[in-house]
Amino acid sequence: MKMSQSHQQPALSKCPGCAEPPAAGDLFCGACGYDLSAVPGRPGDRPTMAITVPPAASGSEAVRWPAAAETDSSDVPAPVHRPSDLPGTDSGGRPLAEQVQQREQAQEPSAAAGQGAPVGPGPEPVGGPESSAVPVRHDDRAVPGGAEHSGDFALAAPDPRTAEHAAAAAAPAAGGKVCVACRSGRVDPDGYCENCGHAQPRERDHMEQELGSVAAVSDRGLRHHRNEDSFAVSSTALPDGSPAVVAIVCDGVSSASRPDEASAAAASAANESLLESLPRGTHPQQAMHEAIVAASEAVNALAQEPAGAMEHDAHRHQNAPACTLVGAVMAGELLIVGWVGDSRVYWVPEDRSRPTARLTEDDSWAAQMVAAGLMNEAEAYADERAHAITGWLGADAYELEPHTAAFKPDRPGLVVVCTDGLWNYAESAEEMAAAVPADAQEHPLRGAQVLVGHALDGGGHDNVTVALLPFAVRPQGAGSACETV
Amino acid sequence: MANFSKSQVPQFSVEVYQNEFLPEGGREVNAIVTVTSTGGGTTGGIPLADAAPAYGAGQGPGAAVVLMVDCSGSMDYPPTKMRNARDATAAAIDTLREGTQFAVVAGTHVAKDVYPGNGRLAVADARTKAQAKEALRKLSAGGGTAIGTWLRLADRLLNSADVSIRHGILLTDGRNEHESPEDLRAALDSCAGRFTCDARGVGTDWEVKEVTGIAAALLGTADIVADPAGLAADFTHMMENAMGKEVADVALRLWTPVGVEIRFVKQVAPTVADLTARRTEANARAGDYPTGSWGDESRDYHVCVLVPEAGIGQEMLAARVSLILPDPSGAGTPQTLSQGLVRAVWTDDMVASTSINPQVAHYTGQAELAQVIQQGLDARKSGDFDGATAKLGRAVQLASASGNQDTAKLLSKVVDVVDAATGTVRLKAKVAEADEMTLETRSTKTVRVKK
Repeated sequence: MKMSQSHQQPALSKCPGCAEPPAAGDLFCGACGYDLSAVPGRPGDRPTMAITVPPAASGSEAVRWPAAAETDSSDVPAPVHRPSDLPGTDSGGRPLAEQVQQREQAQEPSAAAGQGAPVGPGPEPVGGPESSAVPVRHDDRAVPGGAEHSGDFALAAPDPRTAEHAAAAAAPAAGGKVCVACRSGRVDPDGYCENCGHAQPRERDHMEQELGSVAAVSDRGLRHHRNEDSFAVSSTALPDGSPAVVAIVCDGVSSASRPDEASAAAASAANESLLESLPRGTHPQQAMHEAIVAASEAVNALAQEPAGAMEHDAHRHQNAPACTLVGAVMAGELLIVGWVGDSRVYWVPEDRSRPTARLTEDDSWAAQMVAAGLMNEAEAYADERAHAITGWLGADAYELEPHTAAFKPDRPGLVVVCTDGLWNYAESAEEMAAAVPADAQEHPLRGAQVLVGHALDGGGHDNVTVALLPFAVRPQGAGSACETV
Repeated sequence: MANFSKSQVPQFSVEVYQNEFLPEGGREVNAIVTVTSTGGGTTGGIPLADAAPAYGAGQGPGAAVVLMVDCSGSMDYPPTKMRNARDATAAAIDTLREGTQFAVVAGTHVAKDVYPGNGRLAVADARTKAQAKEALRKLSAGGGTAIGTWLRLADRLLNSADVSIRHGILLTDGRNEHESPEDLRAALDSCAGRFTCDARGVGTDWEVKEVTGIAAALLGTADIVADPAGLAADFTHMMENAMGKEVADVALRLWTPVGVEIRFVKQVAPTVADLTARRTEANARAGDYPTGSWGDESRDYHVCVLVPEAGIGQEMLAARVSLILPDPSGAGTPQTLSQGLVRAVWTDDMVASTSINPQVAHYTGQAELAQVIQQGLDARKSGDFDGATAKLGRAVQLASASGNQDTAKLLSKVVDVVDAATGTVRLKAKVAEADEMTLETRSTKTVRVKK
């Protein structure tokens, strides 16, 4: 039964983007962010033939497999896996329960939706010849050297956004990285393809981090050319030894210069401030306030630095770097949130029959209209000015007004910390709760991946960043999977 | 003595000014590329390995200059013209750096090397300079004008020397009447890339398009010296400029990815010169455009390419612009001096995608200015006064808006300006020939963006 499933469902032994072996059930590659749920389509204009290779022929002259790549994109020796070598594991690395696996497989097709998810860097997919015992399908495109098809999945189609891949089959690509767009050109030191000129995925295009009981995912989305969001997650201990968990999410203001640098600086400064003040015994709410002030100073400092020498883009020069910030701290039985701008925190109780809530109030035009009673929420958010923010971190902010709030949840639940790239597709607390997978409490990383997928499926018009913090009333009830790092 | 520790070759820097943001479906990418070379040996720069031969004592790069002086019969009318030409050439010889190789060619319907006169070049020192000036006294006017023969002789002389900088200075006072335009064209084609040449027209009896054509083909400057008395100063200036050149045969290499179409490549400062047609293919993805020799100077280029459409959020490299120096032996790989990137980013942010980079806007205006002056003067010559008024009116508007004072001043000698802002002008009934020729010759001069 498992075997037949693996035919319908591409059980990838390696990420098609970067050859990293994914954990079972992953929707995105952990290394490069390749959308593993998208069943790769085959080019329509090329004949595809099904061939059956007898097990004995594997490795003989019947099929001459080129040598597998010896290193992956991070120069780490690429492991070779049989499908059976990969036990299903959850995001915590533990064996997966049978029913979880089944549900995942039921869910995956709906998540595919053919979205052009970010494509990871790295060579062509590499697969082991061992799997050729099952019927394999090849399209007839030449395979760049140093790479080979895995037997049990169809090769991902070339990026449909590529203008020209007629020459795709031409250049061998032994050695350097191959362009993800045309799959034929080498990538030059500036990060562009030597053949088609397309920019290659950057490290920040898709970032994931899981740390104990907190996980975060950030993605470039589908309409922006770079990821201007940033996040930081960490954990520390309070003076009494109880754990404290921190998540900070920042959204760079696109109309300012260097928004990506602003968000990165703010997230890391706020995180460091909290890691310094929480163990000293500062009240978490005060610590959050100080962290926002520290982040603000870090962003202000960027305004003094000159832009890169190559950047002479006049209309972006006039604006000092700026970003929003939202953070959540779990300290003992307290949940502290703090924010400036329109990034948000939602509370989704584990028991979904209980009410969910949004814990932040946007510094935005729409929120001000609603607060002033001039418009109802629907009217305000329909207005084109809805997303104009009235508070931000940056040298040109009118006056810094850090908002903080403290909560004492009486039941377990999930804290969703996110940018508008996500909440644009799940604005109300109920919509957000519906988008959060049921097992996110136990598997926060996978939950965050699903939420990012939700935003991408909705159109991915902005950068998407989400951090999930499972809040447990009784610390030992937090889901044992999350404690193994 | 020779200081081998210092590089004599200038350092090049490339800066790109562009708005990289395109709307959905946008394809045209414009960029202004500013190339600046800073004098060798002064910036502590990295020496260019093997690029420059070891120079002789105190000579800088090996340079050779040929002065071509029009000695046709018309140079005797008025007689001061020939005398001024002699004086100007003498002044230019005085400006020669010691050790520079040089020759003087007297041009009529045939070309004759009057100094040193043995089909070779002389090496400049006090003695040879004095001899050359002595030889100039023997120059007399008489005969026709066949500039192609002068250029071919200059080419032979210059290429008899093993030097890196080869330069010509050409002075004419009349039309190229004693050979066909095709002969001149063929001579220019055979000389292009072998030496650079500045061209000067003296008086008002010469053809502007001939002189500017010579300068454009040989990557030099063109100008009018309406009053022969001004020749000496101009020649001195030209020679100083030539002596300042430190590296020759620099090419602008444009790499473009698959599917990208090149609309044009123009030099836009200090003068407008369309280089699009002068491309030589370097490899499958790149082509070279000649820029001649460089001293301490800065030039701007306008590159316009059409990229394939891509979706919102995509980014690509539209072009890579580099300055390259061919391997002196002609065999090895050329040396890349500096490079800049022209990018394309598709966005749904209308504010970003609709704004025009100020540099691009400025030079688009300067290129149009040069074009409408040319068209306006052509229309005026052909008797189309309405067309001339419209074109020159537009020129006045552009010159005034961009702050091109020199061109505005020249325009005001050809038209009466009623309102510069709207471009309302009247053609002057009487225009001095020298003023019209000056405007035509200098119409390609541009000003840089006010920073």
